[in-house]
Amino acid sequence: MSPVPARRDAVTELTARERATAVLDEGTFRELIDPFDLLTSPHLPLQGITAQSDDGAVVARGHIDGVPAVVLAIDGDFQGGGIGEINGAKIAGALELALVDAEAGRPIRPVLMLETGGIRLQEANLGLLAVAEIHAAIAALRRHVPVVGVITGKIGCYGGLGIAAGLCSDLIMTTEGRLALNGPEVVEQEAGVAELDASDRAAVWRYSGGRQRVDTGLADVLVADDTAVLRDAVQAVFRRGTKPDASCRSAQVELFAARLAAIDPDGVLDPAALPGLWSSVGSPGEERSA
Amino acid sequence: MSIPQPARGAAWFTALSGVAADDAAFRGPHGTVASVLVADTELGDRPARVLATRPDPHNRWPRARHGELGLDEGWALAAAVRQVVAADAAASDRRTVVVVVDSPSQAYGYREEALAIHQALAAAVDAYSAARLAGHPVVALVVGNGISGAFLAHGLQANRILVLDDSAVTVQVMSRASTARVTRRTVAELEHIAARVPATADDGATFATLGAVHAIVPVRSADAPGTADAEVARAAVAEAAADALRRPPDLSVRLRSAGATQRRAPSIEVRRRLAAAWSS
Repeated sequence: MSPVPARRDAVTELTARERATAVLDEGTFRELIDPFDLLTSPHLPLQGITAQSDDGAVVARGHIDGVPAVVLAIDGDFQGGGIGEINGAKIAGALELALVDAEAGRPIRPVLMLETGGIRLQEANLGLLAVAEIHAAIAALRRHVPVVGVITGKIGCYGGLGIAAGLCSDLIMTTEGRLALNGPEVVEQEAGVAELDASDRAAVWRYSGGRQRVDTGLADVLVADDTAVLRDAVQAVFRRGTKPDASCRSAQVELFAARLAAIDPDGVLDPAALPGLWSSVGSPGEERSA
Repeated sequence: MSIPQPARGAAWFTALSGVAADDAAFRGPHGTVASVLVADTELGDRPARVLATRPDPHNRWPRARHGELGLDEGWALAAAVRQVVAADAAASDRRTVVVVVDSPSQAYGYREEALAIHQALAAAVDAYSAARLAGHPVVALVVGNGISGAFLAHGLQANRILVLDDSAVTVQVMSRASTARVTRRTVAELEHIAARVPATADDGATFATLGAVHAIVPVRSADAPGTADAEVARAAVAEAAADALRRPPDLSVRLRSAGATQRRAPSIEVRRRLAAAWSS
């Protein structure tokens, strides 16, 4: 009789608080502004929506591989992980404090666990301002330390936080994770079903899923949906150290302009052909000189 | 299909820079991006680079022909801003970067998503942020639509944001009609909510009450700015740039404003509590 394989501990099944705990060293999780602080959205009840005690984001201090860390985990089950004023301020504010530490030479390891449809429409322009502040903090912080984005599944990462993922120095995804700007339903609504059939789930994963994003250099590490594997992957990124700012994807202007120039906008775009086509132009990390 | 807007971005680009839009299309190593306008000028005795976007009916990407920010726009803006940062890296004075904001939205398309429009817009965000951190005063002037991903990529990383005093200036995350569909409300219900929740209003004046806007710029004709309009706007941009140079290069000014104290008190309170609990 063969031994029963150990049950894998799926990250996608965890709550935001459990996901943050999973990437931190055991026993080090400490939540900042916990649900008992009752800092909830003042805007949702005015629109007939019940607020959630943590406003859908967990700020956790702790250690990663023995080094002080901060993990920001978005709860995709609350309002689709949408960014409003409170949860946006929690994420931006924590990154700003991490930047103060990094600038002072104090060790800090920031991790963003992104499960979000984008800006919470009920808080509209307050979400927009919060996301701009998240962007500013990531761009400044990654000059000092790796800023690690993790996209594991269920909701995926879209909208203004899709842009935030594009600013992270390092991105870890599972095959279940998706990364894009506009969700497939939004593209279908704006451009028509002939442009994109959002109900064709396989097609959606073919262009935006974790495997495709890693194969095209838009994310760095593909991991199994398993907490131990994810924790190891996060630790490995920090052990490799800080990427030069110019090697981060969003700074590789020449490379990506060349990659786009290699595409015929009138041709059929087969996502399966993209990894080969783009790797022949170059890969992130080896910026070509024009 | 959206109705093409009057090309306000191009008109104000010319008003601020003195350069005709057709002479200012961005030229990169892979060709011209006609929807991205770039010119160098002087504003308030400081050298400045003015950047704007406009509709290009011949855009090679069909989903970006009405002024949307798409793949080429994101990477071209990033290139044009990074040129300035590199050129001024050794200079004692860093050029002012002026961001003329008017775009209906980010581009919505299958090719856009498959070819990583999120990364293209991140490139523009990163370039403006890099300019700011390098000591360039970055000043955005919202002359028309400041919408969602397009505004995040081209405008919201500025040290200072100016908006024209004009009823057609719009700042929003999603159009009211689309928001109504997604949130399952009627447009009338949303208008009722906007009266009580200022963050959901979509006019420039209400956006300014949230504290992120440095000044509201008076204007006679927002569609066709004349000489007097241009002079007022140039002076406002120069003043905002001078103010930016006196403060840290981050976005903290947005939360220290009188508007934020009133309308973003929770954003400030969250940061206070985080700081108190940060180190145990």
